[in-house]
Amino acid sequence: MAHFDENAKPFSHKWLNERLAVDTLQRVLSTEYWIPKNINFLWAMGMVLAATFGLLLISGIFLLMYYQPNVNTAFDSVNYTIMSEVGYGWLWRHIHGVGASVVFLIIYIHMFTGIYYGSYKRGRELIWLSGMGLFVAFSAEAFSGYMLPWGQMSYWAGMVITNLFSGGSLHADGLVEWIRGDYVPGQAFLNRFFMLHVLLMPLLIIGLIVLHFGTLRIPHVNNQDGEDFDFEEAARLYKEGKVKESKVIPFKPVFLSKDVFVMGIYFIFFFYLVFYHFEFAMDPVNFDPANGLKTPAHIYPEWYFLWSYEILRPFPTDPGLMAFGFAQVIFLALPFLDRSPNVAPASRRGLFKYWFWAMLVDMIVLTFMGKLPPEGAWSVIGLIAALFFFVLWIALPIITSKEKKL
Amino acid sequence: MANNTKGRRDFMGMALGGFTALGGIGALYAAKRTWDPLPSVKAAGFTTLDLSNVPEGVLITEKWRGKPIFILKQTKEMMSKVTDKTKKRLLNIGGDYYMVTVGLCTHLGCIPGYVPETQDFLCACHGGRYDSTAEVTKAPPPRGLDIPPFKIDGKKVVLGEQGPEYKKMLEDGITLPV
Repeated sequence: MAHFDENAKPFSHKWLNERLAVDTLQRVLSTEYWIPKNINFLWAMGMVLAATFGLLLISGIFLLMYYQPNVNTAFDSVNYTIMSEVGYGWLWRHIHGVGASVVFLIIYIHMFTGIYYGSYKRGRELIWLSGMGLFVAFSAEAFSGYMLPWGQMSYWAGMVITNLFSGGSLHADGLVEWIRGDYVPGQAFLNRFFMLHVLLMPLLIIGLIVLHFGTLRIPHVNNQDGEDFDFEEAARLYKEGKVKESKVIPFKPVFLSKDVFVMGIYFIFFFYLVFYHFEFAMDPVNFDPANGLKTPAHIYPEWYFLWSYEILRPFPTDPGLMAFGFAQVIFLALPFLDRSPNVAPASRRGLFKYWFWAMLVDMIVLTFMGKLPPEGAWSVIGLIAALFFFVLWIALPIITSKEKKL
Repeated sequence: MANNTKGRRDFMGMALGGFTALGGIGALYAAKRTWDPLPSVKAAGFTTLDLSNVPEGVLITEKWRGKPIFILKQTKEMMSKVTDKTKKRLLNIGGDYYMVTVGLCTHLGCIPGYVPETQDFLCACHGGRYDSTAEVTKAPPPRGLDIPPFKIDGKKVVLGEQGPEYKKMLEDGITLPV
């Protein structure tokens, strides 16, 4: 049996150490969790995301105190009660709305940083997979949250997205009605998406964040050169006081101080949006209450879903659904489609450099085309960009298997 | 673990696993049933429409199961354009022909708008078009607007019940079950 000092004062350091091993936890999780020195500000995006999730959670708790998940009262509880009656209710709503949009911007930056530096290979596959799991979970969280104000865009986005589950020609209306709990989005639909948004998806997200951090611990964070060095040797040097010679820094306090600096700049941008430009996250169409007998002239998703929406749109129903399904899952397969042994920045990887920038530009083009009405030249550009997306994924295993080993 | 207890422990493991799996399947079924549409939602699924005062050539929108229902009494001009195939989509009530459909685009469920000048329907979401019998004339919609289950009762139509005329439409592949 473990030894417990009877004279230790309750809740003193020694007392806690004997019962909870706080020193060991602190060491393993932060003061001796080693981060390479050879990194840049893009390595701070993980903690920026964690902080943004924290803001979403806190603002969500306050919104939850006045929001009513009822088809008759939901719209007013948001647009009247929270916005004009509740003291500082507008603040929570604007933080929540802006946060939901900006979190995707940072997720995309975080993802493309990982793609650029090859941070999904050689022991880091699970980091990538759990990260993509988080992307999917955040997407479901964003969609379910978008239903809650019960405006026109909530209703019709809910209608169109749940209709995707009919599987086109499979005509699985039973499944769609089962998901909705009604023939059309109604009370059952609003209530269950409320449950998903405030309980089930956040639980899943928190679990996935823990897993995501866990997957990092053994392979460690990648660095700017994709260099594979001996972390134990580097850690030994650091602990011996040879801080300059060592290639690593401890997570706490050194890396965290860099993170906090980047976060400081990020929060200036974030709260500038919250106080002065929140309207970009508030679609005007959603300020009309939901009406099942009137479709808005254009139905489009929030900006962060536009690229995959544009992959759905230019094709007939069935191929469109297949293309959409492919686009949703293909990023998961990245560690296995990249056949090259090199872990290095894209700039040193020959053809992969062009692949990376082509993919980034293509997704930006798809995003813009998704917002424009599907007419004339726009729909042609959208179609070409969607086809190009597939060409890039088919090309990836070919060009990476021909890559020279560095 | 001692060898002589292996069989007993295996049995206990399998028995525990078996009952746990059984409970798990039961819980999954209960969860599935909880997500099903409620009986009250299903029971509210019948609507009776009186078509005796519907004017010709004017689109009337009613509501059934929360969905818009389009009713368009065909004019002589419209009837002159229908083919044998599209004529089967119409309800013949006392010699008059009516288009009665669910007013949701078969592509992704937007509500198409009626264009009186061209006497057809245009879906603004993705550009689909339908003629006056709601048969599709321009993609992306994969088929004409769906016809709700109906039963003709004199000059009235009960939506939600399957009458003989509706069953024939299903058999002929004029519409899919809604």
